[in-house]
Amino acid sequence: MKSVSQHPIELLRFNTCGSVDDGKSTLIGRLLYDSKSIMEDQMEALERSADITGGGQVNLANLTDGLRAEREQGITIDVAYRYFATPKRKFIVADTPGHVQYTRNMVTGASTANLSIVLIDARNGVIEQTRRHSYISALLGIPHIVFAVNKMDLVDWSEERFREIRDDIEDFLPKLDTFTDVKFLPLSALDGGNVVNPSEYTPWYEGPTLMGHLESVHIASDWNLNAFRFPVQWVNRPNNPTDKTLHDFRGFSGQIAGGIVKVGQEVLVLPSGRKSFVKEIQTFDGNLDEAFSPQSVTLVLEDDLDISRGDMIVGTDSLPGHSADISARVCWMEQRPLQAGQKYFLKHGTQTVQAKVISLDSRINIQTYEPEPHPAELAMNDIGEVRLRTAKPLVFDGYTTNRLTGSIVLVEPSTNATAAAGMLRGPEKVYQPEYDDFMI
Amino acid sequence: MSSYHLDHLEYLETEAIHVLREVAAEFERPVVLFSGGKDSICILRLAEKAFRPSDIPMPFLNIETGHEFPELIEFRDRRAEELGAKLIVRTVDEAIEKGLATATPGQTSRNKLQIPVLLGAIDEFQFDCCIGGARRDEEKARAKERFFSFRDSFGQWDPKNQRPEIWNLYNARLNPGENMRVFPLSNWTETDVWEYVQKENLEVPNIYFSHERECFFRGGQWLPAPPPQDGNGTPDPYEGARPTEHEEHRTMTCRVRTIADMISTGMIESPAECIDDIIAEVAAARVTERGTRADDKASEAAMEDRKKAGYF
Repeated sequence: MKSVSQHPIELLRFNTCGSVDDGKSTLIGRLLYDSKSIMEDQMEALERSADITGGGQVNLANLTDGLRAEREQGITIDVAYRYFATPKRKFIVADTPGHVQYTRNMVTGASTANLSIVLIDARNGVIEQTRRHSYISALLGIPHIVFAVNKMDLVDWSEERFREIRDDIEDFLPKLDTFTDVKFLPLSALDGGNVVNPSEYTPWYEGPTLMGHLESVHIASDWNLNAFRFPVQWVNRPNNPTDKTLHDFRGFSGQIAGGIVKVGQEVLVLPSGRKSFVKEIQTFDGNLDEAFSPQSVTLVLEDDLDISRGDMIVGTDSLPGHSADISARVCWMEQRPLQAGQKYFLKHGTQTVQAKVISLDSRINIQTYEPEPHPAELAMNDIGEVRLRTAKPLVFDGYTTNRLTGSIVLVEPSTNATAAAGMLRGPEKVYQPEYDDFMI
Repeated sequence: MSSYHLDHLEYLETEAIHVLREVAAEFERPVVLFSGGKDSICILRLAEKAFRPSDIPMPFLNIETGHEFPELIEFRDRRAEELGAKLIVRTVDEAIEKGLATATPGQTSRNKLQIPVLLGAIDEFQFDCCIGGARRDEEKARAKERFFSFRDSFGQWDPKNQRPEIWNLYNARLNPGENMRVFPLSNWTETDVWEYVQKENLEVPNIYFSHERECFFRGGQWLPAPPPQDGNGTPDPYEGARPTEHEEHRTMTCRVRTIADMISTGMIESPAECIDDIIAEVAAARVTERGTRADDKASEAAMEDRKKAGYF
């Protein structure tokens, strides 16, 4: 047998979201089961629990609902990650909960996804959760979305019902204009129709099965290759090296957050504003002529500049924003609500700074997608627009330009709880060197 | 595929390097849990990639149950030395002597006893972060684990109250006495690990490859026969873990798929002599990796319960 490593395999990350009992876990169980990714001992364990609780019916949801409380209550509490592979692709699945109180976990699962599957119960149609999940998928900049109309077996695989639901979704989709492609799929996770194998009950449906779509959807690189961004993560300075040539070694290690870097290229270090040239791009496997996002490398510059963690090395052709006054769309994740005047730690790239909430500009109504101006507070699971002032200016891009240099989290200083995920609004003006003539 | 494109192993590698550098930058006293098993072998290579030409800026820690495969111990010590790293070993035996751990009468497996020993070592060295090789694909409770997994001052994991983890912005903030467990291989599968071992040409302990061994059948699996008693009159550390005359035993051509200690590791019959053979065997396998771990079979929530108490 040949190993799969002989040719490059693409990795697709997707998340599944829906309301309670829409059958998310069952759907993932079905994808794993029908793609033969479930092992015999897992099947045995399922059959054992089926004999005890399920009246003999194997419950595919038990494959992903790993915590005891989840099995007892029949719900998914936390985002669960699953891994499976077909000969065409490798998949990382984030199974995210439907409960409103766990919506923050959907944001977690969606933040790293290329594709989002929103489940809809064919009997219930579009509900508030459907609109919420579609909105979050758009907010987090996921390019591909699939509306999976599940439990079609319970509406006799009615084409009319499927079209009704599709029309309802198409009514609100134009307000979420970020998706590059949208797919509607009639399926039954329970009997497996249109999940991996086509259903015999949908002669009226001509599209691919869900698995067929996942295997073939074009995932043009999610990584921004336009503007070079390198948040310095760790300064590499060997202590007492035995190798004498390393005595003065000073490298800047990090993961490229955007663009491409080449040896000899001019770069700008922010916020200091110093310029230099890339002398070497080092990796453990040898030096590179060029590197690109999201590679992890160590840069050596021509000039000996004072650079530390939290600084950003950027290309000189397309400059980021530089400001202590920022606007962000945030998803609030804490019990204690967000109010103007509060202070948090703000993590952005590789730096953490203090930040103060200056004002709450709006709260998004999840039903209408309309902003409600100047709310008194944002409660847990609310999404709104806020203005922040940071103790030190941030070097940043808008989230829609770069998911890595345009994202922040807020941390509650007393409990250290992660309180918010924030997507930065693009800068009003980009970084401008004050004394360009005096630059090295 | 364009040249500006990472394949799945390159993607997993850059993700793990980023996580390791975050640990080095954000914590005062991190430590790498290094058992000599295949997952922690990958962690060490990733650490080399993250930190060279500097030294790996953290020591290694291993908790011994006292029932280890000797091949694993030999490999562990040699690898740590090759990398010029400081290796700290703490044992269940020492912890029992000091009263940190109490053996359960009639219970030969010391898997659970590793918990107080690990927590004792964290306290002794004031480690604020332990890097582990656990993967989410191993077990259902681990599927819900974060890259940066917060533990309270009792070392406990609260699965219902985990910090949301968004993008690659890991919240590493702790209050005194609290601890972080960090898992750079969270998104790796068993196949990914072996493909990486192959790609990087990494040495692994020879018990991963096919060899002849005396085994006996208990609890649905073939367990390795413990080493013979030394006969110097000390109590037998393997009492209860030796085959009885009613249990089937034979010499098998076998290997380990996942390594705990000799009491908890089921051997699989296998002719796999090289990494290629192992990758092919994993691809064709019809049981999960941890299906050969006796410690996980105790109950459906066995792993969840141990993790809540402070397990790796």
